[in-house]
Amino acid sequence: MRVHFTVNGRPQEADDVWEGESLLYVLRERLGLPGSKNACEQGECGSCTVRLDGVPVCSCLVAAGQAEGREIVTVEGLADFARQRSRAAGGGAQDGAAAPDTTGTPLDAAQRWQAHGVQGSDGAHGTGSQTGEGTELAPIQQAFIDAGAVQCGFCTPGLLVAADEMLEHNPSPSDADIREALSGNLCRCTGYEKIMDAVRLAAARQSEGTRP
Amino acid sequence: MTEHSSGPSRTPTRAATGPGPAGTPLGAPSTLTQGAPASGGIGESTLRPDGTLKVTGEFAYSSDLWHEDMLWGQILRSTVAHAEIVSIDTSEALALPGVHAVLTYDDLPTGTRHYGLEIQDTPVLAHGKVRHHGEPVAVVAADHPETARRAAAKIRVEYRDLPVVTDEASALAPDAPLVHEDRDDDHSRHVAHPNIVHRQPIVRGDVARARERADIVVEGEYTFGMQDQAFLGPESGLAVPEEDGGVHLYIATQWLHSDRRQMAPVLGLPEDKVRMTLAGVGGAFGGREDLSMQIHACLLALRTGRPVKIVYNRFESFFGHVHRHPAKLSYEHGATRDGKLTHVTCRIVLDGGAYASASPAVVGNASSLGVGPYVVDDVEIEALALYTNNPPCGAMRGFGAVQACFAYEAQMDKLAERLGMDPVEFRRLNAMERGTVMPTGQVVDSPAPVAELLRRVKAMPMPPERQWESSEGADVRQLPGGLSNTTHGEGVVRGVGYAVGIKNVGFSEGFDDYSTARVRMEVAGGRPVATVHTAMAEVGQGGVTVHAQIARTELGIGQVTIHPADTRVGSAGSTSASRQTYVTGGAVRNACRLVREQVLELGRRRFGSYHPAWATAELLLEGGKVVTDGGEVLADLVDVLGDEAVEAEEEWRHRPTEPFDPHTGQGNGHVQYTFAAHRAVVEVDTGLGLVKVIELACAQDVGKALNPLSVIGQIQGGTVQGLGVAVMEEIVVDPRTAKVRNPSFTDYLIPTILDTPDIPVDMLELADDHAPYGLRGVGEAPTLSSTPAVLAAVRDATGLELNRTPVRPEHLTGTG
Repeated sequence: MRVHFTVNGRPQEADDVWEGESLLYVLRERLGLPGSKNACEQGECGSCTVRLDGVPVCSCLVAAGQAEGREIVTVEGLADFARQRSRAAGGGAQDGAAAPDTTGTPLDAAQRWQAHGVQGSDGAHGTGSQTGEGTELAPIQQAFIDAGAVQCGFCTPGLLVAADEMLEHNPSPSDADIREALSGNLCRCTGYEKIMDAVRLAAARQSEGTRP
Repeated sequence: MTEHSSGPSRTPTRAATGPGPAGTPLGAPSTLTQGAPASGGIGESTLRPDGTLKVTGEFAYSSDLWHEDMLWGQILRSTVAHAEIVSIDTSEALALPGVHAVLTYDDLPTGTRHYGLEIQDTPVLAHGKVRHHGEPVAVVAADHPETARRAAAKIRVEYRDLPVVTDEASALAPDAPLVHEDRDDDHSRHVAHPNIVHRQPIVRGDVARARERADIVVEGEYTFGMQDQAFLGPESGLAVPEEDGGVHLYIATQWLHSDRRQMAPVLGLPEDKVRMTLAGVGGAFGGREDLSMQIHACLLALRTGRPVKIVYNRFESFFGHVHRHPAKLSYEHGATRDGKLTHVTCRIVLDGGAYASASPAVVGNASSLGVGPYVVDDVEIEALALYTNNPPCGAMRGFGAVQACFAYEAQMDKLAERLGMDPVEFRRLNAMERGTVMPTGQVVDSPAPVAELLRRVKAMPMPPERQWESSEGADVRQLPGGLSNTTHGEGVVRGVGYAVGIKNVGFSEGFDDYSTARVRMEVAGGRPVATVHTAMAEVGQGGVTVHAQIARTELGIGQVTIHPADTRVGSAGSTSASRQTYVTGGAVRNACRLVREQVLELGRRRFGSYHPAWATAELLLEGGKVVTDGGEVLADLVDVLGDEAVEAEEEWRHRPTEPFDPHTGQGNGHVQYTFAAHRAVVEVDTGLGLVKVIELACAQDVGKALNPLSVIGQIQGGTVQGLGVAVMEEIVVDPRTAKVRNPSFTDYLIPTILDTPDIPVDMLELADDHAPYGLRGVGEAPTLSSTPAVLAAVRDATGLELNRTPVRPEHLTGTG
């Protein structure tokens, strides 16, 4: 069969799709978008998380045909997506609904990981990106790099899509909020601490940017 | 409708992207270049050079590789654990349209049909019988992965069941079936039974006499469950046949050269025709030390003349790699009334499963580290690994030291309780230090701050009580049971537990454990640039970050390019045993120093006559310049190098080690020791037996943190793998059939972010003068003490003995 959908703002079409193929398979093997990862193929690990009409889903559990005519955002389009969202909200804000900081982490506190055992070091951490030269990243992507939330990186694409979606509707998450929102995304390398750091950092940077 | 027309019928194409450069698969790794003008040397928390690629989805893992005309491979695995193969019929599979090859044992191209890390006991494809559930029997190549799966399902294999060997009693019974009938490996000569892979005793002092001095003797029997590495990126790779009859394998592995050494004889190729390039690796933790699909993909590629990709799914991954050895451990500890250990005896029985894998080395670790980081002069230790029909077990983070730590730390708590002593003070009283003699007779000749780590972890602030309380009532997410909403605090009891462990760094027992590094320096784009080329497997640990940092520090430049890891350079050894920063890092450091000497020599030839300091002063490379130790700039590196490239290669070795004596276990077997201590705070819903870990604090000596951010990430990641096996992770094998019951992430649980607590880390840096920069291997030690600390905290909360891990609800409610 033939399927059409929009991926990262671009209309896409795939031919000769077998009915049994998942959205994940079509993205990875037919559309040249292997950023979404296949780590369990049964919706347990979240590595294949994409936005389907805005909703985060495990693309391994979505039949390609179910995506017909719909809008998909993958990790490859996350930076563009975040930029357009920011522009639509009229500047730095996500959606203009950023509530007063009641539960979130202030920026200086969100950067406490920088003090962990890094005494005496004035290294390049946190100061923009020596690794991201020339690539514009979504705030959550930059925060993952800066906080050391990436090790093997296999879980990273799914976590980024899920974390970005959470920050969209909850710009000042408590730690428990973050843990709940990301509980469908398994990571085996980091022990999640630096992922927590990264999400707190992205949230704090975002609220700093929106403060009057 | 025929079956075929309802199925996939066409090789998928990557429509949005063209193929890579001629002959190169899409997703083949490229160089990583990172510039940091004024900083980025060792000791700094430099960011990963592959970070941007990994957050944008552009980083190509082995499962992302694509090649024009490629086929998909699929492995058919045994559905039973132990059986004779009566017949295999591949005709229906071969007849399926889209299928290009079906291979069985009889199709193997040479007489070498087995492989193995140390003992070559593992058949490439089953021959005559299968020895464990999920053993590879046949392989298929087809033009669509679903076609390959369907073809594999059409292969008819007739099995005749054999009795299974599943534990020590069944393995060593008088009429026990032999898992391997004709052993001729080195260990077979000294073991008492062919179903024992290897046995290592360690005897030191006089336990009988020491026992007389003991005021208190504590005995215990412990059980450690089978843990899976559960790396997120399943086994995968792409084999591309080459024009000279060789093959190029792009692969996720821990050690390229070890893979090639095992592959080439089976493929019937000289090693130089088996080219290996490291593809992106999605975690490893020991599970990629053994071969998985490497030989199968190459066989299919050589047979079909087409590139062949194999990607396991999660189900297959549970069968496709070895696990951590489950163990039964028996301990006896004695102590005097004033709290000094008198003696320790232990017997550690590891289940190696059907094939040897790394079992002999795991036995060496379990025995030599079996007493823990304590001073005990009188010991009798015995560790052995069995051959059974259970899944093969081998390397996993902590490697034999993990199981022992769980047991000896439980013993230490029991002793402290009997003595009426504080468990931390009791440990501190017996803690080893620099100069302590190990049970193997090896003198520990670098810092061993065991007492200090315990002091530090105990001194860390405690998490607040009833942290789940808020103005709006209980936040169930922070309580046992979580969002299942099983309690709002009623029946919840808090407990605190401590543990400390000892792990070796590097390959032990006389292994020639070296690494190779090639470093080049030249001018590019008007700047001095260094390129570091090693075969080190970057599996997520951050070795690529550290190599660039070392080059910056040693060569005084900012821009460093990391060459993809491949077999065009010599071996870097395994990304295992917490050894890569030590050993390959040491090779990179020394190669850089050779380059520096050559650069200075070049400078003397070119500019020596202009300034006497070229001949007389101590010269350094700093900030892209040659400077004297007094800070005077002599020349810019751009001018010194001109259009020359300076290159050096180093094969670097740490101090040699010795084998353990087969009868007494004596010998300087280990390179370096590493230590971590944990404090666990847990809350237990005693009614339902649910555990919530509130905090897992860690103190670890890392010698020198080359990259503190990465070091802390390693400590936290290791800590959570230890948490997993404390409260949830276990591969369950049916004792009657030896079949795996839970090969999925639905049934094999690894910690989620909701299961994981805060993990504050206190990092100590006491230099080991024998190691490059004084560093100490980091990755494994935190996996050891995390598990017993959690168990101790659960015991503290419940008062239960809890002698097995993982602990399950039924163990806490008395319903199991």
